[in-house]
Amino acid sequence: MTRWVMIADLRRCVGCQTCTAACKEANGTPPGVQWRRVLDIEAGEYPEVSRVFLPTGCQHCDNPPCQEVCPSGATGKRADGLVTIDYDVCIGCAYCIMACPYEARYKVTEPDWAYGAPTALDQARYDPAMVGVATKCTFCIDRLDAGLKAGLQPGRDPEATPVCVQGCLSGALRFGDLDDPDSDVSRLLAENQWFRMHEQEGTGPGFYYLWDGKRGLI
Amino acid sequence: MKQMATARRQGYWDLRAAGNFIGGGTGTGLVLTAALAAAAGHPADLPLAAGLGCVMAGLSLVWLEIGKPWRAFNVFFHPQTSWMTREGILAGPLLAVGAGAFLFHRPELLAAAAVLAAGFLYCQARLLRASRAIPAWSTPMVVPLIVATALAEGSGAFLALTAPAPVMVGFALAAGLAREAFRHLYRRELVRAKAPDGTLAWFSRPEVHVLQAARLASLALLAAALAGQPTAMAGGILAMLAGWGLKAVMVTRAAYTRGARIPRTPVRGRGTSRIVAPS
Repeated sequence: MTRWVMIADLRRCVGCQTCTAACKEANGTPPGVQWRRVLDIEAGEYPEVSRVFLPTGCQHCDNPPCQEVCPSGATGKRADGLVTIDYDVCIGCAYCIMACPYEARYKVTEPDWAYGAPTALDQARYDPAMVGVATKCTFCIDRLDAGLKAGLQPGRDPEATPVCVQGCLSGALRFGDLDDPDSDVSRLLAENQWFRMHEQEGTGPGFYYLWDGKRGLI
Repeated sequence: MKQMATARRQGYWDLRAAGNFIGGGTGTGLVLTAALAAAAGHPADLPLAAGLGCVMAGLSLVWLEIGKPWRAFNVFFHPQTSWMTREGILAGPLLAVGAGAFLFHRPELLAAAAVLAAGFLYCQARLLRASRAIPAWSTPMVVPLIVATALAEGSGAFLALTAPAPVMVGFALAAGLAREAFRHLYRRELVRAKAPDGTLAWFSRPEVHVLQAARLASLALLAAALAGQPTAMAGGILAMLAGWGLKAVMVTRAAYTRGARIPRTPVRGRGTSRIVAPS
């Protein structure tokens, strides 16, 4: 079996938003839609304040609440853990947006462009099927599938790896197969301490946050 | 240590979505009250028709909200787990059986319509409960609150549409009291569960205090009506409008997300990780 997951090493993330920009460039998302966001979070009170950059987006959950509530069946889940949306079936009710604890889903009701009129890149990326329906991070499913078909290894081969991971300049974002004990993500999770967001919700997120190395291992 | 709040108000469901809960609640409340009235020997045709009209109006409003209205029939595709699908599945039979009860005056049809209305109302309540991004909706107490509010709205509307019999005034008063009780428990549960500050702040705003005063005034008017004063219609209308206001606030104003939350800060350099308590 395969379970694709993403890791964000919070010790490494510098909040540069390159992942966000790479995602927007690759997926042509309209203004206000960020499938890969990096939140700038402050914790604590002066003088003990921590600033944490938190990459977030669709967590491709084991038990996706978005899929549970979706009335049309447009939201699906593949055997490899990826949560998908069929844009031809979605009715755009936004119920999935109300169910996602990670605020990972978006809906726009009309085409919108960052610079008023669409640029050449906007026109190349524009997909009318994505207007009026729910959208979200796909873990770059097209790159992933094309890469696998070409015999590449997602997480190691750039062409088969999500663009946010590929673009990450500090190596904070990693991608790979959790069910492969030799994958980078399996090794990182074994060698570090981590958490998943809103774990108590029972969603089983496929997005892990590293916060420290295990004593004696690093 | 605590982290900054990142919760924000949802902006995807507006008054059109709230209208579905308002129309569906008042409509099903009217159908249920009409069935009760008919069983007690009171005329219920007009409230039944109005109730079905409210349900239809609510569904029409939500149809205007969805991004792909011409695919609306896809809403029926996921009854296994989706309360929205289940609500949609019950809507058709409710309207058809209710129309049959109105046209043919058959008590068994009215009873069936009441069962379907109860199911439709329960689906609406569970629909909100399943919205896990929004603590103001996903709290368990939202289910009895939505049901009690619908009964208070429907029984209030009933008093505005018919000559008020004491038993129906008593029912409206009981529904209003139940709504107050569940509203109190709902608010307490939100505080206990540490709902987002924005949500809690909304339930302390002047507009909400006005709604609360309207609900209490409706109870006083209904109690006076039970004592023989001609205040049943006013009390009923106030009970209905206050319920509409409560739902509009819940759906469009107090609906803040959970926000991102980190349980620990990362270790950097020679620093240490700190536990981040829920805000």
